[in-house]
Amino acid sequence: MYVVAGPDGERAELDLVTLIVARVADPPPSASPEQAALLRLCAAPLSVAELSAYLHLPFSAMGVLLTELLTAELVQARAPIVRQSRTDRSLLEAVMNGLQRL
Amino acid sequence: MDFKGSDTIPGPRAEDQLPHTAQSAAKIVIVGGFGVGKTTMVGSVSEITPLTTEETMTQAGIGVDDNFGSASKTATTVAMDFGRISITEQLVLYLFGTPGQQRFWFLWNGLFEGALGAVVLVDTRRLEVSFDVMGRLEERGVPFVVAVNAFPDAPRYAIEELRTALDLTPDIPIMECDARRRASSRDVLMTLMRFLHSLAMTGSRT
Repeated sequence: MYVVAGPDGERAELDLVTLIVARVADPPPSASPEQAALLRLCAAPLSVAELSAYLHLPFSAMGVLLTELLTAELVQARAPIVRQSRTDRSLLEAVMNGLQRL
Repeated sequence: MDFKGSDTIPGPRAEDQLPHTAQSAAKIVIVGGFGVGKTTMVGSVSEITPLTTEETMTQAGIGVDDNFGSASKTATTVAMDFGRISITEQLVLYLFGTPGQQRFWFLWNGLFEGALGAVVLVDTRRLEVSFDVMGRLEERGVPFVVAVNAFPDAPRYAIEELRTALDLTPDIPIMECDARRRASSRDVLMTLMRFLHSLAMTGSRT
């Protein structure tokens, strides 16, 4: 499952925690009911997992839907932070600080 | 699956919306056997009421050793509960409670590959479930800590006894927890983050 990610058109895998944000205030008239519903949901950033949950669509169906919307430049995808061979220590420290406040 | 139409879709409550500044998200996986308390742990630390994402598994993937499959069905829906913790205005952490059976892991792209790390949640009454999970995580190079959910009616063991019983190497953190309690679940996540931090310092694990 691949989606177009950045503005320079590189392809990135769609992740459960890729954040999706609508680039338009209102769905265009051409949008399907599913597309319109998704666009309304992600007026503020929302993860693919949350979109899947609210739309009651399986994760695999999200890929199709989001690829259409990304191609039409109706949404923006914000790539997740994934584990690397050397995970950024400042990231881990930020998470620890955040957890301390819970 | 019927799509209900846009007017009937309840979205996040106003207080559950992320700020526009949210730039990226990371994920942690809580993995364990059926009924071990994964969703309880997710719910105890999540800022949102846990949500559920589903995936459909066709007959070929259905095994015989679980409670999810049914011989009369051709497809089974596998659900995964998850929650969310806002770390900063820019960074969000998601927690996924995942069935221990490995064949479910492939249903969600990159679930383990991209995760910062995992919590293996253990029930002392069913230790055997954990062996397979831990072996798979090791194979995939996913760093993990072990949390023993202290069910009131489950036998209690000293942590070092459990370490031996689970055949854990000394470097892997193991602790007891009460998944119902926010502070206890948070401590488990803190232990995982400290472990990941120590790995990042030494570079001992890739």
